[in-house]
Amino acid sequence: MARQALTGSRVRDRRLMLGLRQADLAHAVEISPAYLNLIEHNRRRVRPELLVRLAEALKVEATVLAEGGEGALFDALREAAASPEPGLSPEIDLLEEFAGRFPGWAGLLAARQGQVVRLSKVVESLSERMAQDPFLAASLHEVVSAITAVRSTSAILAETEDLEPEWRTRFHKNIYEDSLRLSNVSAALVAWLDQARAPEAGLSSPQEEMEDWLQARDWHVEELEGLNPPRPESLLAGAPQLASAAGRALTLAYLRNYTADAVALPWMRLAKALDQRGPDPLLLAQSLDVPVPLVLRRLACLPRGQLAGVGLVACDGSGGIVFRRPAPGFPMPRSGAACGLLPLFETLAQPGTPLRRLVQVTGRGSGARFWAYSWCDRSWPQGFEGPMVAQAVMLLIPAGGAEGPTRRIGPSCRICSEQSCAARREPSFVL
Amino acid sequence: MMTGRVLLIEDEANIAEAIRFILTRDGWDVTIHADGATALDRLRALRPDALVLDVMLPGLSGYEILDALRADSMLADLPVLILTARGQEREREMAAARGATLFMTKPFANADILASLRQLVGR
Repeated sequence: MARQALTGSRVRDRRLMLGLRQADLAHAVEISPAYLNLIEHNRRRVRPELLVRLAEALKVEATVLAEGGEGALFDALREAAASPEPGLSPEIDLLEEFAGRFPGWAGLLAARQGQVVRLSKVVESLSERMAQDPFLAASLHEVVSAITAVRSTSAILAETEDLEPEWRTRFHKNIYEDSLRLSNVSAALVAWLDQARAPEAGLSSPQEEMEDWLQARDWHVEELEGLNPPRPESLLAGAPQLASAAGRALTLAYLRNYTADAVALPWMRLAKALDQRGPDPLLLAQSLDVPVPLVLRRLACLPRGQLAGVGLVACDGSGGIVFRRPAPGFPMPRSGAACGLLPLFETLAQPGTPLRRLVQVTGRGSGARFWAYSWCDRSWPQGFEGPMVAQAVMLLIPAGGAEGPTRRIGPSCRICSEQSCAARREPSFVL
Repeated sequence: MMTGRVLLIEDEANIAEAIRFILTRDGWDVTIHADGATALDRLRALRPDALVLDVMLPGLSGYEILDALRADSMLADLPVLILTARGQEREREMAAARGATLFMTKPFANADILASLRQLVGR
């Protein structure tokens, strides 16, 4: 049974809701009551012109009768059917009949499927956090080290009867130092775990704490834009988003760079050039005689109203995401789970070369297009003897209805619906 | 009465100090080295009777040091006690596969590290 077959049920529901008799509606749309009865029981297809007349008579949009509100329901049921369950093979061809005959059960199954997807994302996020979060790994190592020192030292104090006074004093001091370390790292871990337990806190990592703090300021730190900016430390006191020492340290480092960027390219100077030349970062950099990455970063922190809907992502030479300013409608990558087709990664192999791509977000209910301007810089911060360090940055600007070759960008592979992706790393459970 | 010369490669100063105290009281001549990157040079210069080796070190990890000394004809037979916060079975297996003589997890009892070291040099 096709999805349109359920149009009849919707016609019947709507008629009953309006208190119309079958004969009255049939008369209004110039068909026989018997034919309307067949339609309402999904035994006759509804021709387009009749659908329009029915919609007019029932005071509703034709698409509501034709498609109903079940699009999401069907999508969720298809998603549930596609999830691999050993020994089960759902009758996908009967899916719409199932939804029509047992709407309650279908709704329940769709809701459960939605819950499975949500929980899978949480598990994925937690797994990634446990495996990759440097804060957690470093904190646990710190705990074990401090406890090891305390245990050995306290055993010496307890078991060595003839311990010289200077050694006793020294070991007491060591235990005091290690207890302070334990106290600090425990507080930071508790704050981290508290956030992980609170769903509304979004399972924050230090990087996400910083993003939350910047988001609350609309990504523009007004205090650091003036001629005599305050010390960035003064902005962080009491910030509720920055629960961990690692989050505060990360934000402080970002704000120090922000201060330097604001001095190198004041936002009003950039805004003026933006008005005159448009948003091409390369042209802006040339006209302002400043580096391209500086322009990309500064375009992403202009005051509200200057350049709407922008996003910014930066990664290091390994592709690890080091900064994200989300753009509305764009699936911001997480470290280790980003779409491999992001121009950000492409530019790592082309340092010093401007790269612009028109990208379109894949997946249900999306389709937004963005211009992605990317640039990669290489540096040798430790001189000739030191290693080369790469950092790439990508600015996203909404592209509206721009035409041209388009690259389709998805969320992480596991929840991406792109069937023929050349960069897929693992199977998707929505295909 | 000297039990032997031991090099302790450990970057946590208070752990290193406690171990040095315990071993020195037991008669060992203990040298502490905190940096992974220069540990091999120190080993070649010191030629200890035993090595107590932390795993997570700055510069070079304990396992990388272990690999390098097992490949070095002068140091290949050196008894090595691995000290690590990771105590899972697979970690023990990995340490053994890479040539560790003994394996001990942190935190440890002082008596155990003494016993392990004596076992390490067969005394």
